[in-house]
Amino acid sequence: MIRSLPRSKAYDWSFRCFILLYFAFLFAPLLVTCVLAFNDSNFPSLPWQGFTLDWFLASGPDRIGLFHDDQNLRAIVTSFKTALCVSILSTVVGTCASFLFEKEEFRFKGVLYFLMLAPLVIPGVILGISQLLAANTAGAFFDETFGIDIEVFRPSFWLVVLGQFSFITTFVTLVVSARLRKFDHSLEEAALNLGATPLGVIWHITLKFLRPAIVGAGAVAFLMSFENFNTTLFLVGSEPTLPINLYLQVRDGSTPVINAVSLMLIVGTSLLALVNVYFTKKAD
Amino acid sequence: MNRSGLFWLFLTPVLLWLFLLIVLPHVDLFILSFRTDEGWSLENYANFFTEPIYWLTFVRTAVYSIITTLLTLVVSLPVAFYITKLSRPRVRGFLMILLLLPFWVSELVRVYGWMILLRESGVLNYLFLQLGLLERPVEMLYNDATMIMGLVYTSMLFMVVPLVSVMESLDDSLVEAAYDLGASKICIWRTIIIPHCKPGITSGAIVVFMLVLGNYLTPNLMGGKNSLWFTEQIYNQFIASFNWNQGAAFGFLLLALSSCIVWVGLKLTGQKLGEVAS
Repeated sequence: MIRSLPRSKAYDWSFRCFILLYFAFLFAPLLVTCVLAFNDSNFPSLPWQGFTLDWFLASGPDRIGLFHDDQNLRAIVTSFKTALCVSILSTVVGTCASFLFEKEEFRFKGVLYFLMLAPLVIPGVILGISQLLAANTAGAFFDETFGIDIEVFRPSFWLVVLGQFSFITTFVTLVVSARLRKFDHSLEEAALNLGATPLGVIWHITLKFLRPAIVGAGAVAFLMSFENFNTTLFLVGSEPTLPINLYLQVRDGSTPVINAVSLMLIVGTSLLALVNVYFTKKAD
Repeated sequence: MNRSGLFWLFLTPVLLWLFLLIVLPHVDLFILSFRTDEGWSLENYANFFTEPIYWLTFVRTAVYSIITTLLTLVVSLPVAFYITKLSRPRVRGFLMILLLLPFWVSELVRVYGWMILLRESGVLNYLFLQLGLLERPVEMLYNDATMIMGLVYTSMLFMVVPLVSVMESLDDSLVEAAYDLGASKICIWRTIIIPHCKPGITSGAIVVFMLVLGNYLTPNLMGGKNSLWFTEQIYNQFIASFNWNQGAAFGFLLLALSSCIVWVGLKLTGQKLGEVAS
């Protein structure tokens, strides 16, 4: 059954085979995508025509590699800007929320806590459409009552940021709260006794203690925002983020440039994931 | 700044976030779903029940989501069991990182990988033809079975991780004692392992169900013409037909369905949302 009990050879081997198959299943699509980014063929498929870096470096006229593909490069820059804004905003508000829920007592705390968890059970698509609707309603309201046209309420960069922020903050709050629960409050009391101001205590002591969790949550927020598709789909304006841009390309047929972008994404996220694992290990 | 000043400093951004970005939009969604161009009406909901294509898609999406959740559980249980109870402690951490890594990568990239593997001119077809297993290429993409596989693939992690964490807390001596007393493997699974894993199974199942129900990419790119997902109906109403009120009604129905099933799941197992979330 388990490690400490005698097991038959057949049992062990069948389990090992199953796990091997499972990991093959897990990595097959990623591996194939990466390998075909270097295939010297105009379609991302076999047979293998030889190794090439064209899909990264070629500058035309037959092939345009990723680094000369303006549309994809612009989408990458947009995604970076979005993810940066979202991760900063959501770590700030998420940290405030975790302080609020872990350290303060007030009326309606239960209701507010439930609302904070709500984005976990709202499908991303619904979040997207309801924010699109609300922004539209708000835009119409301001237009009719004050006669001013506000850019933010139309599908645009900032609407995407707000849409992603609204559910990513919940994840940040949960991560930071978990760390805050391990905090020894006598440290704060000691600092207060020694004459520190409440804000000074938070800045010099509590936030110092929370730093690994905040950095880790920020990294996760960055990734979630960078890769978000469902919510962004409805809020995106004239500047598509990378997942939206890739989706449009995949839907209309594929070139190995998509593989090249995917390879960059796989390498980038793996690195960020490993950094995050390292930080969470350090935090514990 | 004094104590109550700090309280307001924390409360204000949180209230703004929850009220402006969560509560208000969903109230708006609810209100708009009862409106048409002429004014208030139940027409949007009536359309849903009178047009079979709408409610059939809805029922299909719900049923397929439940099937996918069960399949994910069946695949994930042995994986979690192997990692926590059978693998050597030294490899365990490595296996966990290996397990998590693909899920950090965008869902789109993973779906795209499956597309170039499975399609008619894809890698698997090429290999099978070369090995002589197939006479001519077969289209493996664009059917319900492939779509469900894709959905299982994209949501597996959210089942494996909670299962691993509950199985880690299972005391080995319980299994050993049962074994010494002559219990069979099936008996051990049924009376010890599964009951112990219940909280993990619940939270995993809820998250997976939610993600599958609200998924758009996988059914859209891997499913066929006949495997329309309810989120695609919503998208069509919003972007193609530009009938936002109808789309709002559909959105609200999907939200109601997912909340209902999550609620039933929590009630059946006697857990709270807060516990599942952490």
